[in-house]
Amino acid sequence: MPRLNLVQAVNLGLRQEMTRNPDVVVLGEDVGRDGGVFRVTEGLIELFGEERVVDTPLSESGIVGMSIGMAAYGLVPVAEIQFMGFLYGAMEQLISHASRIRTRSRGQYHCPMVLRTPYGAGIHAPEHHSESTEAMLVHTPGLKVVVPSGPYDAKGLLISAIRDPDPVIFLEPAKIYRAVKEEVPEEDYVIPLGKARCVRNGEDVTLISWGAMVHPTFEAADLAAAEGISAEVIDLRTLSPYDTESILASARKTGRIVIVHEAPRTGGLGGEIAALIAERALEYLKAPIRRVTGFDVPVPLPKMEMEYLPNPDRILQSILQVMES
Amino acid sequence: MSKEPIKQFSVKWLQILDEDGHPEPDLHLALEPKEIQSFYEVMTLTRVFDERALVLQREGRLGTYASVRGQEAAQVGSAYAFGPTDWIFPAFREMGVAIVRGVAMRMLFQYWSGDERGSEVPLSLHYFPTAIPVATHIPHAVGAAWAAKFRRDPSVVGVYFGDGATSKGDFHEAMNMAGVFQLPAVFFCQNNQWAISVPIRRQTASPTLAQKAIAYGIEGIRVDGNDVLAVHQAAKDAVEKARSGGGPTLIECLTYRIGDHTTADDASRYRTEEELKAWISKDPIERLRKFMAAQKMWTPEYGDRVLADAERRVAESVKEYEGQPAPDPADLFRNTYYDLTPPLREQMDGLLNFLKDREPRKE
Repeated sequence: MPRLNLVQAVNLGLRQEMTRNPDVVVLGEDVGRDGGVFRVTEGLIELFGEERVVDTPLSESGIVGMSIGMAAYGLVPVAEIQFMGFLYGAMEQLISHASRIRTRSRGQYHCPMVLRTPYGAGIHAPEHHSESTEAMLVHTPGLKVVVPSGPYDAKGLLISAIRDPDPVIFLEPAKIYRAVKEEVPEEDYVIPLGKARCVRNGEDVTLISWGAMVHPTFEAADLAAAEGISAEVIDLRTLSPYDTESILASARKTGRIVIVHEAPRTGGLGGEIAALIAERALEYLKAPIRRVTGFDVPVPLPKMEMEYLPNPDRILQSILQVMES
Repeated sequence: MSKEPIKQFSVKWLQILDEDGHPEPDLHLALEPKEIQSFYEVMTLTRVFDERALVLQREGRLGTYASVRGQEAAQVGSAYAFGPTDWIFPAFREMGVAIVRGVAMRMLFQYWSGDERGSEVPLSLHYFPTAIPVATHIPHAVGAAWAAKFRRDPSVVGVYFGDGATSKGDFHEAMNMAGVFQLPAVFFCQNNQWAISVPIRRQTASPTLAQKAIAYGIEGIRVDGNDVLAVHQAAKDAVEKARSGGGPTLIECLTYRIGDHTTADDASRYRTEEELKAWISKDPIERLRKFMAAQKMWTPEYGDRVLADAERRVAESVKEYEGQPAPDPADLFRNTYYDLTPPLREQMDGLLNFLKDREPRKE
């Protein structure tokens, strides 16, 4: 089985779905001849031609808006927005239309599109290239939001996203595009949307995370183990709709919760997860829930992004705090 | 140092009937009298629908409504240029287009009463749901046109918007895409000269909206939007061009919004009585009637019959609309996703149980 990084895994997933379904069309800025600025779509134009791998004008709202029309017509567009920080010009298309076409037409029209975009900090890039504003998307009913944390999941989740009849935002953690390699089967497999993965079993505390942050969270669990603490690590994988059952089962088991995300704290998804646990499993809690997150500031330029991002030591600090109670 | 022109452009204007309904000299119409009568009949029906909707709104039997009065020629003349396999993307004032496409008037009333079932236009009509955020539906039309070209379907896509939409980014992005990909799309800008209270001279410094097409490398034309024959001719030419692979066209229909922006607006706050009167005298239905009368296509008896028929049909639609049962609260959740997600199922069950438990107290 080949060992692939996340870029290669997404590329393989795209290739296989485009082969399987002639209605799948890739479009975006620099996705064709250039193969994408991260090379995720490399080689697709040679395999499928300019008609199915479409270099578009520099036009985010146009790309997303056009994808909606293509999807309503019956195609399966997989659009790329070059960085999450450039998605905002297309937010009106997502919030006012992609998410609502089915509701508005009471099921006459569907919007089975996928929007891929690299997200997150830690890649030493200029301003607007390190955003993680997933909570805005999760707060939009009608959209699904998926974030893989590694190559194996990336391929299986992407295939599910492409086959899903709803609009799916597929956030690719840019920091780990090439940092992690995993065995990725050549054959077709899917990872169902809406199901979290328990990355590591534990008894004392539950660590909940997604995307690139799963990795420092896992390292923090190692550090905690050295202190005699058994930490369970849950990778949410789908942020909307998220897997409430896995979270609650683990919360009931360990009674201690640390939520880790790189997005700003206030209004972040961590607050939603904490509220869920407070509503459904408060009686099991042995300590207050803690969040390790980015700060309520615009994500900084590279010189300070390591101070901004949660790291294993900061996560460990919160683990030790919840273990005190 | 002299600067030489390297490119020069012009904008064409099309009018077939002058303001008194006199045709241009040596007019050779490709239209059958029956087709012209259809225009007249549906324009009248649209007018009667519109008047009835305004009355219902005043009586509290309809929600906020956007009157189409004055734009009947721009809408009916253009909509008749499309075939059943073509796709239409309306904005929110396109009652005339909807009626031509076969959307039940009962559903239009439902929509404007705030009943979501009014948007469940059968897929077979290829009439996309109403888009309220200005200009944001224009890229959808371009996407559908892209898909039609990709599939080698002979379908053409028509999209409707107003003068205000041309100030928005999505208009630009969509027109640009349609030009780059040479898509089978026809853009109808109904320049009714007012975006709520903002007049066209505040919307753009361009003397015409048609000329905006030039910047995208596509054809633009301005037509007299109150002349149904001119609108139809321009639309037919553009649809045929698009269908035969000739690419997109922008058609600016110069017209006027006789009514308020919506029933929540009072246009007397920002425009003059003189301007309004001048445009009322250019009424598109009256213009067509004069032409038809001169051509012996219209008689007072025929006119009475058309009006009575329109009134009967609208009255029946009102009855049908008001006879609809209340929507099912579960509908609130049903079409958000293809399948109910676990959180939505839980929220739906919660609401339904709450409503069930509450029922006895209501009596």
